[in-house]
Amino acid sequence: MYIKQYLKRGIISENPIFVQAIALCPALAVSGTVFNGLGMGLATAFVLLLTNVLISALRGVIPVKARIPCFVVIIAGAVTAVNMLVEAYIPVLHANLGIFLPLIAVNCIILARGESFAFKNGIFRSAMDAIGMGLGFTIALVMLSAVRELFGFGTLFDGTSFMVAMPETFPQTLLFILPPGAFITLGIMMAALRHMASKRKAKTEEVAS
Amino acid sequence: MNLMLLFISAAIVNNFVLTRFLGICPFIGVSRKLESAVSMGLAVTFVLSLSSAVSYMVYTFFLVPLNMEYLHIIAFIVIIATLVQAVEMFLKKSSPTLYSAMGVYLPLITTNCAIIGAVLINMNEGFNFLESVVHATGAGLGFLLAIVIFAGLRERIERCDVPQAFRGFPIALVAAGLMSIAFLGFAGLI
Repeated sequence: MYIKQYLKRGIISENPIFVQAIALCPALAVSGTVFNGLGMGLATAFVLLLTNVLISALRGVIPVKARIPCFVVIIAGAVTAVNMLVEAYIPVLHANLGIFLPLIAVNCIILARGESFAFKNGIFRSAMDAIGMGLGFTIALVMLSAVRELFGFGTLFDGTSFMVAMPETFPQTLLFILPPGAFITLGIMMAALRHMASKRKAKTEEVAS
Repeated sequence: MNLMLLFISAAIVNNFVLTRFLGICPFIGVSRKLESAVSMGLAVTFVLSLSSAVSYMVYTFFLVPLNMEYLHIIAFIVIIATLVQAVEMFLKKSSPTLYSAMGVYLPLITTNCAIIGAVLINMNEGFNFLESVVHATGAGLGFLLAIVIFAGLRERIERCDVPQAFRGFPIALVAAGLMSIAFLGFAGLI
């Protein structure tokens, strides 16, 4: 089935953060703790699912020339709804994410998937695409925030019931929590993943030849 | 005096790109060449000041009296998109040279989170009209400063022997991180 293919594309080969390097603002800004990173990732994934399905369902009605304004209004509507839901049910997350929750409305991933995928494909495929991309974004955010939280605060999953604290002797490096830490950690992780991918590629080419 | 502090705070201490993480996409995407970085920075500053003024008026005199504050995200996005379009058409007619310098970057600004980010901060902080405009202009000039410095850095990086895995985005991010450390030095200024 396509499902596996869409998931693989969103999470690995076309990962929005690590490979396409889009939507970096929220990824850098709210990746201080895993709780925030996971919350942001899932909120974005949910908005993406909503907008992809809506755009795909309305693709016969939306005029091609005026599609971008239509997309923008659909996206802003979905974000308004998600923003209110999070404020009502998870107020802590709403406070932590601050303006980055409404800023999902200008997240490049959402508009890019609507324009390049949902507008040309059926509802089911668009939903699968949204789930793949959304999960890829969420996983990237969780990885980044896990590294920053572990080395910065010496904890993991702080704010949830699964909180793990490192022993007192574990060194806590403030830099990882400060803004520069976000840039540098993401840069190094991106390079490491790229290095691994190129090694794997060289290996498969060796086997093939 | 307060306005001056607000301006410096938005431009340097709480630099939009390096400490608030707003507008990273154009910061990394359009900083390969110095000239295009300057054009992008100017375009962002201009649209930021204009859209914060218009958004303030729409929010205060339209959304609040009608109890429709919950629609602010949609309203702000539509305002920004319309303004960008209007500025683009105006420039095309009135100043073709400025249009050719700034023109291609204008449509990109619609999805620049620095613009709507500044508008949302203005709203959340409850700034009045003058404060909103000063804050947004400071933020825009801060963006211009950051992107110009960064473009200079990247032109140097281009000529360096960077390890294969770090080429392109990763080394740019690490460089941005080092720049952000430098801007941390301003933290005690205010």
